[in-house]
Amino acid sequence: MGGEIRSLLGPDNVLSANEELLLYEFDGSVEKARPELVVFPRTTEDVSNIVRLAARYQVPIVGRGAGTGLSGGALARGGGVMIVFARMNKIIEIDLESRRAVVQPGVVNADITKAVEHAGLYFAPDPSSQKSCTIGGNVAENAGGPHTLAYGVTTNHIAALELVLPDGEVVRIGSKHGDAPGYDLCGLLVGSEGTLALVTEITVKLSPKPESVKTLLAIFDTIEDASQTVVEITAQGITPAACEMLDGWTLRIVEDYIQAGFPRDSAAVLLLEVEGVREAVEAQETAIGEVCRRCRAREVRIARDDHARELLWKGRKNAFGALGRLAPSNYVLDGVIPRSKLPQALTNILEIGKKYGFHIGNIFHAGDGNLHPIVLYDPRDSQQFKNAVVAAEEIIRYCVELGGTLTGEHGVGMEKNELMSLLFSDADFELMRRVHDAFNPDSSLNPGKIFPLSKGCGEIRIRNRETGGARG
Amino acid sequence: MSTIANLTERLEGALGKERIVSAVEELAQYAVDGVAPGAIVRPQCAEEVAEVVRLASSEKLALIPVGARSKCGIGMPPTRCDIALDMSGMRKIAHYDAGDLTFSVDAGMPLRELEAALAERQQFLPLAVPCFESSTAGGVIASGIDSVLRQRYGSARDFLIGAEFVDGKGKLCKSGGRVVKNVTGYDLHKLLIGSLGTIGVITRLNFRTFPLPETHGGHVASFESGERALAFRNAVEASDLPVANLELLSPAIAKITKAILAKEDGPVPGCVEGDSWAVYVSFEGSAKIVQRVAKDVERLAHEAGAKKDEPLDAGSDSQLGGVLREAFAWLRWAAPVVALFRVVLPRIMAETVGALNHTGDSLHGAVLVRACGVIYLSFMGEQEDERTLRTFAKVAKDVFVLAAGKQGHATLLHAPLGLKQKVSVWGAAPGDFSIMKKVKQAFDPDAIFAPGRYVGGL
Repeated sequence: MGGEIRSLLGPDNVLSANEELLLYEFDGSVEKARPELVVFPRTTEDVSNIVRLAARYQVPIVGRGAGTGLSGGALARGGGVMIVFARMNKIIEIDLESRRAVVQPGVVNADITKAVEHAGLYFAPDPSSQKSCTIGGNVAENAGGPHTLAYGVTTNHIAALELVLPDGEVVRIGSKHGDAPGYDLCGLLVGSEGTLALVTEITVKLSPKPESVKTLLAIFDTIEDASQTVVEITAQGITPAACEMLDGWTLRIVEDYIQAGFPRDSAAVLLLEVEGVREAVEAQETAIGEVCRRCRAREVRIARDDHARELLWKGRKNAFGALGRLAPSNYVLDGVIPRSKLPQALTNILEIGKKYGFHIGNIFHAGDGNLHPIVLYDPRDSQQFKNAVVAAEEIIRYCVELGGTLTGEHGVGMEKNELMSLLFSDADFELMRRVHDAFNPDSSLNPGKIFPLSKGCGEIRIRNRETGGARG
Repeated sequence: MSTIANLTERLEGALGKERIVSAVEELAQYAVDGVAPGAIVRPQCAEEVAEVVRLASSEKLALIPVGARSKCGIGMPPTRCDIALDMSGMRKIAHYDAGDLTFSVDAGMPLRELEAALAERQQFLPLAVPCFESSTAGGVIASGIDSVLRQRYGSARDFLIGAEFVDGKGKLCKSGGRVVKNVTGYDLHKLLIGSLGTIGVITRLNFRTFPLPETHGGHVASFESGERALAFRNAVEASDLPVANLELLSPAIAKITKAILAKEDGPVPGCVEGDSWAVYVSFEGSAKIVQRVAKDVERLAHEAGAKKDEPLDAGSDSQLGGVLREAFAWLRWAAPVVALFRVVLPRIMAETVGALNHTGDSLHGAVLVRACGVIYLSFMGEQEDERTLRTFAKVAKDVFVLAAGKQGHATLLHAPLGLKQKVSVWGAAPGDFSIMKKVKQAFDPDAIFAPGRYVGGL
């Protein structure tokens, strides 16, 4: 098959040597799996041809963008062919008037905004990895980011998709302006983690930049006060564009790496952004300030200018990189809880960490209850790695117990597929399986993801993973 | 009528006599496009829904879930209907986590009651839909009908966060959850929106809520020509002002609107006249925001050469906004026979609106350009005779072609039965129809849910 693919795409677009494949056995998760071939298509037709060929040889396929995913979604769990979309990175069309852009899946998230910002527009979903992650990956995982609190996740910003089905057929779903008659297939496909089809073209919605933006940094002496502030802001119906929390332990590490201006002696900070028309921004700023003070904030700073704003955000978005300097590997979890339960959840997560010998850092999207506890570990210490995995699962179970969910933006992938039965019944799985099979009947696309592989629902196995970690 | 003789007895046996209605006069009231069910079932809980669906599935009986039945005319006539599943008995708020701005509600919950419950906590659900007074949450989601607050709050797919429903095998399934951010599993609940009951019976819906705005206001302007009115409308849209609703009324629409306002003894803005084009803008927030937006909108209206314009206080805004929210309802009955199109275009240009307005030359046409690129286009006839229907059919073809040619699409939101027998209200089958068919089969393998009503005869 390698030879046929090489003649199809040219030798420069195919990797098969072991040392080349090694690079593709990781993504941003703690999982690992090696593909047998890595290919770089340039067109939809290439993708369709690869898929047909793989079908003929009955070889599984997995799509991959930049490999920044955190749940193993872009790993070749079943071996086979990995289709890397990095070279399908053209912006095909920009329609400023209709506020739409048509792009190939390998376009980097931030590059969409770069291409349209001259017209006062931007692409709203802003995952922390937006300078490297691709829009195709964002679509597969239904990626979020700090500003999804007000503007929604990827699915809210996708109008249409071009798909290649597992038999090689090319189909377009949705419509440029949304709202096409018939079932909302785009709504189904976005976030389906590459298990239904490969996405080869994406029509995204562009948003207008707000008239006014203010960034606030609220500084607290206790984590409890900071999380209570989030509860109060939500309950009062104030919707900031972003509401992020960094605990004291984490922000000190960030400060060592990037001097973003987080006070080292604080127990927690909230990074809040309010956007909109000037009058709305002023009102929100005042309201948030009042809540913060009522909840015993030590100080509320307002970023003076764009430079100060960017610095604060740089601190937030590079936090995971900063943590990487402390330990060989870190495990970034992704759970969601009802926002009103934030204070108790944070306390309990720290307790769970202690039980397994970890200090758990927290840097997360507080406003929508999307937690990202971070476990630092050394992958060479197999007991420590095992403990990290057990602690992670306990935290995620706890999120579900609180009425929350397994993942808010990283996806299920091969990280949490065995935990799915915490939320879903046999009937739910049966229906999801039938929907899966309607697209991907032979499970040739991204096998081993989302659905639990173990028998018996409700009974969760701890996987016997190889020691290894991608981050660091 | 039912394909099995003892349907009523079987259903009574399964659910008890008090849940089943089979009186002929009641059955007639549940007819969808003239197709009456063989029995009406009024389940009180999801398990009872599942029970009926299992019976329907084993006997291959056709089943149509209904709420208040205010939008049953959307879609094609069903090929058959054995059971009407009246969901109006399931009307509890299952959870309301006001502090999290989320709630779950049974499908049969009337929006009016829901609104009252949420208002107690200064919150609301931005589903401002026609037939608001009677509509149920489940019916509104299944119908996919437009909310007039879309410009600001998006459509249901942006705030429906989870659902429970019974699939075609009679199993209670769920997707999503009760938190505002969630990527766990497939977003199956999004498929329910606008599905007309063809893939599942919705039993419960989870939504995020929004804080009730402090106050609101509006602005209405009239214009000599459609071009000018449209230029203003597009300028407001492009301004990115936080606008809640934006509607452009052709003279015919303005005339009906004026008549309804007068009948309701409400204030009739001078700009809503039968002989001019009018643009209505509404906005909300704090008094300061409302004032600011009003000022900017007024400036844009003057720049666009408005003939007349006037601000609307909160009371007048509610009145006019309320009438326009109901446009789908009154347009259907504005003449003895009406064909109402919903056209969606990526870009609304004067010549397109002009072309749409003149499509049915011999017919009395009316255009309402709504927010988010949606146009309601209505043609009115005097009687449902063959000549009128033939003209309607020709117009339908023209509208479908015109919309497709502009990278948009059109559906017939309301049409007399005679017209539905000539053209599909869905227009040509979409390019992704083969996938839709597979999705339908996955949810409803025995094709028992509302057969024939949906796109491509699904």
